[in-house]
Order: sequence, then C-alpha cells, then structure tokens
Amino acid sequence: MHLPVIIRVTGVLLTLFSLTLLSPVLVAVIYDESTVPTFAVAFVITLVTGLLMWRLPRSDQELRAGDGFLVTVLFYLGLGLVGALPLYLFDPLESSFTNAAFESLSGLTTTGATVYSGLDDLPRSILFYRNLLNWLGGMGIIVLAVAILPMLGVGGMQLYRAESPGPVKDSKLTPRITETAKALWYLYVGLTGACALSYWVAGMGAFDAICHSFSTVAIGGFSTHDLSIGFFDSVAIESVAIAFMLLSAINFGLHFVVVSRRNPLLYLRDPEVRALAFMLTVVGVIVVTVLSREGDSPAPLREALFQVVSISTTTGFTTANFSGWPSAVPMLLILAAFAGGCAGSTAGGIKMVRVLLLYLQGQRELRRLIHPTGIFPIKLAGQRVPNRVIETVWSFFAAYVFLFLTLMTGLFLITEVDFQTAFSAVGACMNNLGPGLGAVAENYAALPAGAKWLLIFAMLLGRLEIFTLLVLLTPEFWRR
Amino acid sequence: MKILIIGAGQVGGTLAENLASEAFDITLIDINATRLYELKDRLDIQTVHGHGSHPDVLRRAGADDADLLVAVTESDEVNIVACQVCYTLFQTPTKIARIRSASYLLRDSLFQSEHMPIDVLINPEGVVTEHIVQLLKHPGALQVLNFAEGRVQLVAVRAVFGGPLVGQAIKTLREHIPKVDTRVAAIFRRGRPITPTGDTVIEVDDEVFIVAASEHIDLVMSELRRVEKPFKKVVIAGGGNIGLRLAREVEDRFSVKVIEFNEPRCVELAEKLNRTVVLNGDATDRELLLEENIEQCDAFCAVTNDDEVNIMSSLLAKRLGVRQVMTLIGKRAYVDLVQGGDIDIAVSPQQATTSSLLSHVRRGDVAMVHSLRRGAAEAIEAIAHGDKRTSKVVGRTIGEIDLPKGTSIGALVRDDEVLIAHDDVIIETDDHVILFLSDKQQVAAVEKLFQVGLTFF
Repeated sequence: MHLPVIIRVTGVLLTLFSLTLLSPVLVAVIYDESTVPTFAVAFVITLVTGLLMWRLPRSDQELRAGDGFLVTVLFYLGLGLVGALPLYLFDPLESSFTNAAFESLSGLTTTGATVYSGLDDLPRSILFYRNLLNWLGGMGIIVLAVAILPMLGVGGMQLYRAESPGPVKDSKLTPRITETAKALWYLYVGLTGACALSYWVAGMGAFDAICHSFSTVAIGGFSTHDLSIGFFDSVAIESVAIAFMLLSAINFGLHFVVVSRRNPLLYLRDPEVRALAFMLTVVGVIVVTVLSREGDSPAPLREALFQVVSISTTTGFTTANFSGWPSAVPMLLILAAFAGGCAGSTAGGIKMVRVLLLYLQGQRELRRLIHPTGIFPIKLAGQRVPNRVIETVWSFFAAYVFLFLTLMTGLFLITEVDFQTAFSAVGACMNNLGPGLGAVAENYAALPAGAKWLLIFAMLLGRLEIFTLLVLLTPEFWRR
Repeated sequence: MKILIIGAGQVGGTLAENLASEAFDITLIDINATRLYELKDRLDIQTVHGHGSHPDVLRRAGADDADLLVAVTESDEVNIVACQVCYTLFQTPTKIARIRSASYLLRDSLFQSEHMPIDVLINPEGVVTEHIVQLLKHPGALQVLNFAEGRVQLVAVRAVFGGPLVGQAIKTLREHIPKVDTRVAAIFRRGRPITPTGDTVIEVDDEVFIVAASEHIDLVMSELRRVEKPFKKVVIAGGGNIGLRLAREVEDRFSVKVIEFNEPRCVELAEKLNRTVVLNGDATDRELLLEENIEQCDAFCAVTNDDEVNIMSSLLAKRLGVRQVMTLIGKRAYVDLVQGGDIDIAVSPQQATTSSLLSHVRRGDVAMVHSLRRGAAEAIEAIAHGDKRTSKVVGRTIGEIDLPKGTSIGALVRDDEVLIAHDDVIIETDDHVILFLSDKQQVAAVEKLFQVGLTFF
C-alpha cells in the first residue's frame, strides 16, 4: 500500500476540483446572487485541503495499478463529501450535512436523486453547481469505465482493454490512460456543447440549456426545475433530450471509434448498441400499449417515449408523474433501468453488455443441454469472449442482486417504508437512476438520515461497479 | 513437354502418374528419397533428391529447359520460393504452385510476375470443398462439374429404379421434358463405357453423364431418379481445413453440424463458424451419432485427414440411417474398394487437384479439364479457333466433325449463350466446346482436332 502517494493523488484531484468551484462563483456574480461568499469559503477550504494533501506527504513512489481501486473510491467519496460543502454552507437551504452529502454524491455519481424541493426558487448558482457536479461525475465515469476499470478487470470490463479482443477494438484508442482520457474528454465536452446548443435552439433559455446539457450528457438527471423537463412542455426540447440521452448511453469508446473512422454505421454493428435498441423498443411498445389502453396519460406516445428513454438509460428526467401510471409501467421502467445503458458510457445499471453476455451464457447452457458434446463459444461481434470474462460477469450479476436485496432489507430495518418505496429507492440509487416510486417519487427528503447514508452507499456501489468498492472492504486488500 | 514436379506427396505422386502415362517428360523432386524410389520403380519418370527450392537442385533436375513447373510440396513457402527461383534463374514459362493458406489467397495482387511470379494457384482443399458443395446442392449427383464459369454443368447420376427415364430409350427424354434441352454425354454400364445413341435404353444402375445448362440440372436429374428432396441437415465429420471451409460455405444454406476430435480445434472452429454446431467427439462414436439424431440427417460428409476414419464413420452413419454419405478417400485402393457399396460417393482429393492442373498441360486452347472415373475418362472444355480452312471443327456442324471413338460433344457456349450439341449445330470460332472422352487415350486425337492447322500459313 502506498498511502502517501494515494493521498497526494487525491490532493491533486481536490485542488483541481476546487478550481471548478470558481464557475458557480462566476454564475453568482453574473446573476448578482448572495451565494458568492458561500462558494468562496468552500473554494478556499477545498483548495487548502487539496494543496496540503498534495504537498505534505513526502513520497517519490509511483502509483501502481492495484492502487486504482482506492484512488477511484477516494475520488468519488472525497469529492462527494467536499462537494457537499457549498450546499451545507448555504444557509437558506437549511441543509443538514447528510442532505448536502446526499445531494452532492447523487450529483457526482450521476444519480440525480434529490432531497431538495422548490428548485425553481433556489439561486441559479446553486442550481448550476448541482448540475456541474453531474457533469464532473460523468467526466470521471468516462475515464473510470473506459480506462481504469478495464485495467483493473472489474466485472468483465477487461473486455474493453485495449489489448484484448472485444467488440470495440481500435488501436487508436491509446493504451495510455492520460491520452485515452484526453481524447474521450474532448468527445464529452463536444457532446455537451452540441447538447446545450440544441436545447437553446429548441427554445430553452441559455442558463437552463447549459445546466440541462450537463445533466443530460452525464446521464445525471438533475434539473433546474421541480417539474424537470416537463416544465418546458415542448416537444422539441423533449426530442433533443431523448437524442442526447441515447447518445450518452452509448459507449464513449465506440463514439471515439466512430468519430475517428468517420463511419456512423459502426453503431449498428455494435452488439451492445443493438441490444440496447432492442430493449428500448420492447419496453417502449409495452409502455405505449398499456398507457393507450388505460387512458392515464393525455399524450401516451410522447410521454411514454420520453419516460422510457429517460428511465431506461438511468437519466431520470421526467415529463410526467410516471409513478402514478398503471403499476406495471413504473415497475417495468425501474427493471429496465437495472439493465441500464452501455458499458463505457455515463449510464448506470448493470450495463447492457453484461445483460447481453448473461443472455448469451443462458442460451449456451440451453444449447449444451441439447448437444452435450457441443462446443459453443460466446461471441460478441464475431469475437470470442473469454470464459474468464463470463465468470466475472456472472459474479458481478450475483453480487449486484445480492447487494440489492441486502440494501433493500437494510432500508426496511432502518425505517418504516412500503415495499414499492424501498424497492424503487434502492434500485434507483444503485442504478444511478434518480427518481423512485411511492414515498420517494418526488424527492428523498422524507427519509431519515440513516436511510440516506445507506442510499449513498448504494449509489457508490452502483457507480463504482460494485467490486471496486467491495474490494476495499476486504482485509486482504489492506494487508497485501 | 518437359514438366518439373516439386513434392512427391499424394498430389505430386498422382499427378506424376497421370501425366507419365501421357508421354510427358516428368522430373520429380523431393527430399524423401524412399518415396522417390517407390515412385520411380512404378513409373517412367526421372527423380531428383533434394530441397525443391534450391537452385542447384532445380538445375540438376533440368530446370533450364523445363516448360512447366508444378510446385506441390506441403509448404506454401517452399512452393512460392521454387516458382520465384525458376522465374529468375531459369525463365520457366509456366509456373503452378499449390497455396493452401487462405491468408495468401486473400489478395489477388500478390501473385504477379513482378512480385511473386506464379501463373496458376491451385488449392486442393478449395477444389475438394467446391466439389462437395456442388454435391450437396444437387442431391443424387455423383459428380457435378462446371464449365464456362458455371454456365454449363455436367452431372454424373446413377439411374435408380423408379426414375421416369429408366427403362426407356434416350430419345424419349424430349417428350418427358420438352422445354429443356439436354444431352446424354456418356453412359457407363457395369464400369464399361457405352456410346449413347437415341435408341440406347437406360438401365437401372447405369452411371449416366448428362450435360445441361446449370439451371436445368436438377430437372434433368429427376428423370433418372425419383425426385430427391433437397438436403436440409448435414453432418461433417472432421474439422480440418476442408471441414471448416465446407461448413463455412454451406452453413447458411443447410443446418450443419461438425464433429471434431481435437478440443482446441473445436474452439477455433466454433469461433470461426456462426450457425454451425461444433461437436467435440469421435466421428466413429456410435453413441455420439445417435445422440445427435444421425438418422434424421440428409448428408454425412467424412472429411478428416484419415481415410480409415472417413470410411468407418461413413459406413456407420449409413448404417444408422443417413440418406447419403460422401467420403473423402485419398488412397486409390480404398476408392475401388468402397465405391458402389454402402458409401454413396467417394471423393478423391488427388483427382480434384489433378483436374485443375491438367488444363495447363493440354495442347491447344483448353479452358478446363475434369478428370473422371479416377483418371480413365476426361471432360474437356476446349476453345475453337481459326476458320473453316485452318480448323477441323470451326464452320462445321457437329455431325460433320470426325470425332475420335468414345468421344462426344456435350454442349457449346457462345458468348453467354448455352447451346446443347445436336448434330446440326455449327461451331463458330471462339466457341467453348465441351467434350466428353470416355477413354483418355483419345486425348491426343482431340487435342489435334482443336489445333489450328499451320499448313495454310
């Protein structure tokens, strides 16, 4: 264990993060809001802490691959806690630290679950800051999912390692993490810019367009309004949101390959994208059918399409109170969120590629029963997937389900909630989705502090792909 | 004509044997001295012991005045280098090499005289695969041969009791299928050729060779057998090069299972094939075959590299109820032994390869040669040149041409049009003429027929 060097790296991250706190200050100045001192204090505290951690430890060691687990967890946990400062310090919010931390981590993990209501009346700098957290978290995920997790081999993500054969293989996706990260960040920033511009053209105000582009591309789901995207009541804006949610739910590695080869047809050839399209179509058809039949929705097609894309990709924007729809629909949507978007995107959930591999493995088992001597390799895009990957995907799935049930039971133990609330709250947090059903359909304010911390843990688990966080909880990790 | 053959393996040996009987001067080069002695004992050929691509060995073998080089060693690289050496040092006019690795074959531009000077590439596995694919596409055929880029086909069919034409004279074929033009090129009855005329009556068990345009072949075949249902389920025993290629070619058309013994190879096969079911096991394992419902399979193709396994698994499969078995058999003696018994079709890799080589050693303009009945008969696609004065065929009706005994003309291809040969058809210059020779001894006479006479110039 190289604690000094890990502290240093965390210090660098904090210092960098403190600089981003200057942008809400700018927003506060532009709109002449009283939040300037709040952000200034948070900025100074973060900067000083960061610099101290960066400069104090004496170490010339280098970071090793195994330290990636701790650095990754510290990145989210550290930034999440420090990021809670501005919300905690801003008096009019009357926020407890628990609430501030919940909001901050929900932002950074791109969950988008909120404990605040009356968003429309909050200062714009605070709203901007929340969405900025979403955006920064998304940025972290890109690197995490495309560069770090494949290197650590978490949950079958070694499939995306540059050197191993996989569905998305391109030599231009450089093996050096810094280079890869840079390339993907350009993409991420580019996509955000395009999204903001599209929102603006579709009729959003400039401030809302920027804020929403942050939370759309990060698949976060924070909005500047209590009614979320529904506030605008505009088909154009909803279409833009749908388009960019879908784009952001696709592997950024794949985006990179498509951009560098200038061939959009590659999207269609990617098995994961096809699986995602298939799932969205099936869920979409069911939801539209149910809604049209029951007559609960004034515009079933429009509302269903938006909600299916928003929930399935784990974004969490809403245009309608979907928890009030016939109970089959919200349940189906939450289940679809378990599958989530593509690996290597900003989406949460189990990830489409894992679901696809589980399906293929199940199919293989059936074929083995029919042909006991048959040899059936699992193939993605014509490439064989090593059995090791299938194994890790299975254990990932098992751990996911097990932890989900455990956390749900934990929630029951902490507080008196109904099943729907517990199921959807833990599901929405673990899948980094955001809005739940029942008591947490609007926001999570009603839950006690213990339940909130449990949900924070769920968000981190989901975001860090379970094993990255779990491995830190094993004594062996610290003893090695 | 002086021919150098490098590699005295199965292909090289068979080729030498076939060509030596036709008065070519054959020199065989190999590093295996025993094998050379063995062949020299039997055949009238010269042998040189040494490494086939070394210039000194080639010089000793008489590469200086060789007309044709055929490099058919096991190694693609040796074959390529031998061609290169002969091109650079000895200016050998025609160079033929066996290239097996698909990777070399993917790029056409690789083998050109300024880079790798090889005039003709032969690929035995490819040839055999194509042969079996044709058989699978035409159930009931013993052999399907393509001419003129597949526009005309010659099929060999065994007449079976119940076929509409069986027991009838050939001329009634017109009445049976009036819209289709076809011609019976030859009939083999109990292994002997008989020259078919309009009055010849087809008997059960006759092996009938028929020429027709490709699209009519299935209809014509149905005259000699009860209508065969198309194949649906195909089992391939052996996942070597041939097995893999075969499965890849037909997996979209049939439901295919491949049985392969070697487990790592199975994994490789399963990776390369999409719809095929790859089974790891022994093709001669009765339980395995039963487990896979062998009795419901239409065709069983044994294509391992072991003749004995091929024969035994085919016999077993046939006994268990497969409709048709096709067996790859390298050893000549075995072919004679099994054909006509339980094994429906014996495919000889040597014969397939020899055919593709023969078209390059024939004099005159010959586009395609198919060796038939283990080399005893031959089907030739020759191109007619010249005019009525210089050629013995051009400008004449088919009835007027003085064909050697046992030879018949099956069809003509003029530009893209297929003309079935009737006595009143006149041959024009540049026509592709498809001839059937039931006796190979007549090859020289046919070659002479198609050569443009020089006396007139």
